[in-house]
Amino acid sequence: MDEQKIREMGILAHKIRVETLRAMGKLGFGHIGGSMSIAEVLAVLYGGVMKIDPRNPGWDGRDWLVVSKGHAGPSVYAALALAGYFPTEELLTLNQPGTNLPSHCDRLKTPGIDMTTGSLGQGISTAIGVALGHRLNKKDNYVYLILGDGECNEGQIWEGVQFAAHWQVDKLIAFVDANKKQLDGYTQDINDLTGLAGKFACFGWHSQEVDGHDAGQIVAAVEKAKQAEGRPSVIVLDTVKGKGCCFAEPVFLNHHMNISPDMAAEAIAELEKDLARCGCKS
Amino acid sequence: MNIVLDNNHSKEQVAMRDAYCQTLIELARWNEDIVAVDADVMNSMGTVPFQKAFPDRTFNCGIQEANMIGVAAGLSATGKIPFAHTFGIFATRRVCDQVFISCSYARLNVKIIGGDPGITAAFNGGTHMPFEDMGIMRTIPEMTIIEPTDATMMRDITRQVAARYGVFYIRSARKNVVKVYGEGSTFEIGKAAPLRDGKDVTIIAAGILVDEALQAADILAGQGISARVLNMFTIKPIDKDAIIQAAQETGALVTAENHSIIGGLGSAVAEVVAENCLVPLERIGARDIFGEVGPEDYLKVRFQMTASDIAAMAQKAVARKGKSLA
Ligand SMILES: Cc1ncc(C[n+]2csc(CCOP(=O)(O)OP(=O)(O)O)c2C)c(N)n1
Ligand SMILES: [Mg+2]
Repeated sequence: MDEQKIREMGILAHKIRVETLRAMGKLGFGHIGGSMSIAEVLAVLYGGVMKIDPRNPGWDGRDWLVVSKGHAGPSVYAALALAGYFPTEELLTLNQPGTNLPSHCDRLKTPGIDMTTGSLGQGISTAIGVALGHRLNKKDNYVYLILGDGECNEGQIWEGVQFAAHWQVDKLIAFVDANKKQLDGYTQDINDLTGLAGKFACFGWHSQEVDGHDAGQIVAAVEKAKQAEGRPSVIVLDTVKGKGCCFAEPVFLNHHMNISPDMAAEAIAELEKDLARCGCKS
Repeated sequence: MNIVLDNNHSKEQVAMRDAYCQTLIELARWNEDIVAVDADVMNSMGTVPFQKAFPDRTFNCGIQEANMIGVAAGLSATGKIPFAHTFGIFATRRVCDQVFISCSYARLNVKIIGGDPGITAAFNGGTHMPFEDMGIMRTIPEMTIIEPTDATMMRDITRQVAARYGVFYIRSARKNVVKVYGEGSTFEIGKAAPLRDGKDVTIIAAGILVDEALQAADILAGQGISARVLNMFTIKPIDKDAIIQAAQETGALVTAENHSIIGGLGSAVAEVVAENCLVPLERIGARDIFGEVGPEDYLKVRFQMTASDIAAMAQKAVARKGKSLA
């Protein structure tokens, strides 16, 4: 992928943050930390890596994405809207009565959401199932999966890790958003997960670790992952919870926060300053 | 049982989770066996002050609900009294077999606290909205299920549950609910708490629908229908005598629960009625339907759990009196 494309992905990540903040700012609260930390990986996936057709979300030639940390729904919706699945104005219906954009990802409600999530740990198994189904159907679509690092506490994650290796599910590319925090604090203080990349490798996965806020590194890692024949792949993303959002990034407990219109406006203004520096508008 | 009613229909000053945690801390000061197990929702469930007071007696397992319940069972086997905390969906659906085998079948002493029952899950949406938790837990033998109504009852129930042996499931809203009882009221587990007497119909309610039921009784009074209101805060074992008495004396029943009409309070009352005292029975609750996202007020209307829904159901039950029940 060329430099220009990667630069555009970085810009898209900022725009995803801006749109997410607009929606959460209107609502008054949200899972801000984990929504901000995956902006780059979403930008990479929707900005060129995934085979998709936003006008035809159910296209059977598409690559799939399972966002197992389903509480990051708002930033996934922002990415979908910016990719053209639905108008960005619809993002402001987040969590309103009758909305198609609930807190947690719902495959029946939102165009472009491939799997329902919200109960942590479950997305890995459904993603493996999708990949196995594709294999039976003689399709070579990729299945991408985004896990939280805290989520990797769940036993079901490691059941899936064993099983995917056993069945050589090589069309599965998982990301772990290693932002070092879960709901109650630092993962290291709660149930230490250090060495995640090594743990996956021990279970037989092709395993890499990259800067999760560097689109170029993520793209390169995906390209490498696709070379790993006969093995599922994981890319552990070194990220910061709340990244790029001035009121959330420096706060210790930034999993779910109340967000006043002023806070949202200030954070958006900062992101827009960055965008202007690259000669773009959100 | 010593009940004083607070008839203001105003919100509690203290959140349910804070009333709970303060009481647990008080109990744990003199009972060293009380321990807390958690699953990375301590900040949501309000148990952080317990951890601060008793860091060595608090085990935050991280996002591992099944492991948490198993660890609680093991702690109990050594004489500890574990209180396990997570959202209602995870405390039941996600750990059903661990509760069944490791806790209940093994006859251990584990208290499970499930937050955010029914529509109180609000903005967390359909994945997080337990309309089935009581249904799951009610089929497990010897399980006690309690839904405290307000902070006063929460404190009293927490004390009693700590003192009793066995597996308990307490489902409770986390935040501030409407105050129903005056300070110092006490309750008897397994005995319905009478709230208001009446002769034409009995509304049997639990949880956040208790206050709606009281308001429904006011609406009905305006229509010339005298409604009795019972607070069935113990869903299992259900107070059979109170149900039979209400059926005999008022001739029609309505249940009101923030749960599916399948498996919870409505089902439990229906079982007693069918076996003992056939009278018209109508049920308020989610009607075999999944939850969805939105503010609690919207969801109360959406799932037909308002005072006027309850009043309308009561009228329906009353209208069926004297007609064939076959
Ligand atoms: C099975 C399950 N348990 C608990 C929760 C409540 N919960 C939502 S997000 C979260 C913390 C997630 O931490 P992590 O996976 O690290 O996500 P991130 O840091 O990216 O937000 C918890 C405990 C849940 N959604 N599912
Ligand atoms: Mg995390």
